Amino acid sequence: MDMVVKEKAKSILDQYKYKPGPDKESTHYCPGCGHGNVHKMIGEAVDELGVAERAVLMSPVGCSVFAYYYFNMGHIQVAHGRAPAAATGVKRSQPHAIVMSYQGDGDLAAIGGNNILQAANRGENMTVFFINNAIYGMTGGQMAPTTLLGQRTSTTPRGRTRANEGFPIRVCELLASLEAPVYLERVALIDPKTTAKARKAIKKAIQMQVEGRGFSLVEILSPCPTGWKLSPVDSREWIAKNMLPVFPLGVYRDRSKEELPPNEEPKIETVAEALGIETGETATIRKSSAPLPETVRMKVAGFGGQGILFLGEVLAEAGMQAGHRVTWLPSYGPEMRGGTANCHVVISAERIGSPTVTLPNVLVAMNRPSYERFVDDVVDNGMLLYDSSLIEGVPVPERLRSYAIPATQIADSIGNTRVANVVMLGAYLGITGIFTREQALKALRLHIRRPQLLELNEKALDAGMKAASPKK
Amino acid sequence: MARKLMKGNKAVIMGAILADCRAYFGYPITPASEIAEAAADYFPRLGRTFLQAESEVAAINMVYGAAATGVRAMTASSGPGISLKQEGISYSAGAELPIVVVDIMRGGPGLGNIAPEQGDYFQVVKGGGHGNYRNIVLSPNCAQEMCDLTILAFELADKYRNPAVILADGYIGQMMEPVDLSIREIWKPEKPWAVDGTSRTQGNLVSSIHLSAEELEVHVEHLFKKYQTVEANEVRYEEYRTEDADVILIGYGVVSRIVLSAVDAARKKGVRVGMIRPITLWPFPTEIIRKRAESVEEFVVAELSTGQLIEDVRLAVEGRKPVRLFRRTGGMVPSAEEIVNILEVREGVA
Repeated sequence: MDMVVKEKAKSILDQYKYKPGPDKESTHYCPGCGHGNVHKMIGEAVDELGVAERAVLMSPVGCSVFAYYYFNMGHIQVAHGRAPAAATGVKRSQPHAIVMSYQGDGDLAAIGGNNILQAANRGENMTVFFINNAIYGMTGGQMAPTTLLGQRTSTTPRGRTRANEGFPIRVCELLASLEAPVYLERVALIDPKTTAKARKAIKKAIQMQVEGRGFSLVEILSPCPTGWKLSPVDSREWIAKNMLPVFPLGVYRDRSKEELPPNEEPKIETVAEALGIETGETATIRKSSAPLPETVRMKVAGFGGQGILFLGEVLAEAGMQAGHRVTWLPSYGPEMRGGTANCHVVISAERIGSPTVTLPNVLVAMNRPSYERFVDDVVDNGMLLYDSSLIEGVPVPERLRSYAIPATQIADSIGNTRVANVVMLGAYLGITGIFTREQALKALRLHIRRPQLLELNEKALDAGMKAASPKK
Repeated sequence: MARKLMKGNKAVIMGAILADCRAYFGYPITPASEIAEAAADYFPRLGRTFLQAESEVAAINMVYGAAATGVRAMTASSGPGISLKQEGISYSAGAELPIVVVDIMRGGPGLGNIAPEQGDYFQVVKGGGHGNYRNIVLSPNCAQEMCDLTILAFELADKYRNPAVILADGYIGQMMEPVDLSIREIWKPEKPWAVDGTSRTQGNLVSSIHLSAEELEVHVEHLFKKYQTVEANEVRYEEYRTEDADVILIGYGVVSRIVLSAVDAARKKGVRVGMIRPITLWPFPTEIIRKRAESVEEFVVAELSTGQLIEDVRLAVEGRKPVRLFRRTGGMVPSAEEIVNILEVREGVA
């Protein structure tokens, strides 16, 4: 049997220091309001479970926005409806904390509807106290999602109708459709008997969190005499008569007896390990190892699936490995149209300003549409590398240094069309030598997702280097 | 130290890890998603929290909750998501919670597109949420700064107990550049005000509510004085070839990269032009612009928005010199040549 506490709970303050005004001993709640009862029960439960020091209470928006006046706990006041999200942030950051979210019906079931649903569905190890009084008490008695059909409020002056506002939401039933919650119960503040049950449920919901079981919610049908315009005594009767038929009391989920899964200790890496700062692939930071007569402003273009962005990445990586400054910018936004992919690569000995290449001095064209689209942009005496297996019979401008590389054909001959891009990398390396073969290989190693493809890529690189000879 | 080629978006997470950010809460959106993806990869391996939230609103409120317990926490998004996060940002400013938010701007208004724009300047720099507050706003223009300014954002957020926002554009997020990573000394203050579920902080309150008018005015004045301190101490900017400049171009983010190229190209043609790049958009580098107004003939503000940054420049210049706007929008990013051209045409650009 539960111990009966006759004194005021220790986790409820003697003096309400955060409460403004001279009266620090009485609450701000109206006579007959249910919040006082629930506060008392929470305080007692926290005392009995010995968790006051660890307790963090999330205060919502509504009359209980000032719940923090009353408890000797940690307090976080949150935006309307967001308590389950903010509580998630608290619990994930401080797993030892006992996190309690205290919410009204508008807060929880209207504006915060998705937040409670998702926190419950994730099985956040937290406790939610849901005060259902079928009305917005603080803002002057407007309709809540739990307002009963026919019930008059200041925003349903002729009574809630199914046609205009729909039916009241049953939160416990809704959450019971989810797998994760471990404890859901609806209780009511009507008479000593139902109140004793409420007290027990509140303690159990905190107990569940202390045991690390997961998401618990207790829905409390609670009187709002002011909002309902009834006397405190009539209010309790109103719950019994009008709310119980719509919101049946009972336990909707109880996994308090289930065995808990064993705690798995995950392997934690150090920052240096995770970021590869000491052990991973690092570039020697030094001045350029290879000559770079002028800044390379390159456009790499082809069709999707040719590994255009990858080729650009590897070119930039190899440039970086060679000690140059580099940028890589993918085709992005309005440039992505017409079925072509392209990226901009800049390799420079100087600080790089614009990473966008509008007037390239190197164009790597892997298909005909990209050739046609970009060839006129290349500056005079610029370099043109094109896949002559796919781009045939095009006029090659005299003003450019052109290299026809049958990249796709070469790739086919070594066994995989898809390495045509790396053949082109090899050709560019063979022509310019602005990075070394080793640097290109390292770049490939860093950017290839499947290591078993490295050998094929190495072959393609070498074949490309071999093929690199000026056509005119 | 390690030098790695990576997208600016990933560099944000490198900075967050080095700054000991313990929790990331986010929601996917192009062109910011690589930030969440990098956090999802790295944070759990480091014993830190990564959680994909049900919404942008939930994500920012999770950050609010985590920051209230004293840990470093962040979220990232793009314009439409940042609009949704304004609630939590305003609450964090009100409750004086140090949070870090990253905005990788895309085209707007509305759904707009996913290409780079700078149309979020007003919503991030001028507030965006309700009430009298300021965000500390940092504007990186390369992948290295995406890392370094993220670290600085955490430090400034803690120093002033205030939201700090990284405001970058789609290009700065998507562009790959070398980033030097090293384990470094990170400044981290004690947070006796936090609520961390221990006896040390029992009875503490994190809140933004001040019901009485007198009390709220005291609080707002306190914030205002704090913002004045930030303005006095935290202005950061870069000047480039401004000493003898007749024209100063002003731009941030990817625009400043293009402007840098334009300055060099124009100088080659004999046009004496320089650049001021605000690194902090708030506090804004008002003084240096005002000082340069004494010697230049005009300012040209280049932005991927229809006259947002230019308002702060005009406030700084106070009518002393002409201030012209050069703008592109919709994801159209100007070339350096385009900017050089408008320098040669001294009139006709509104």
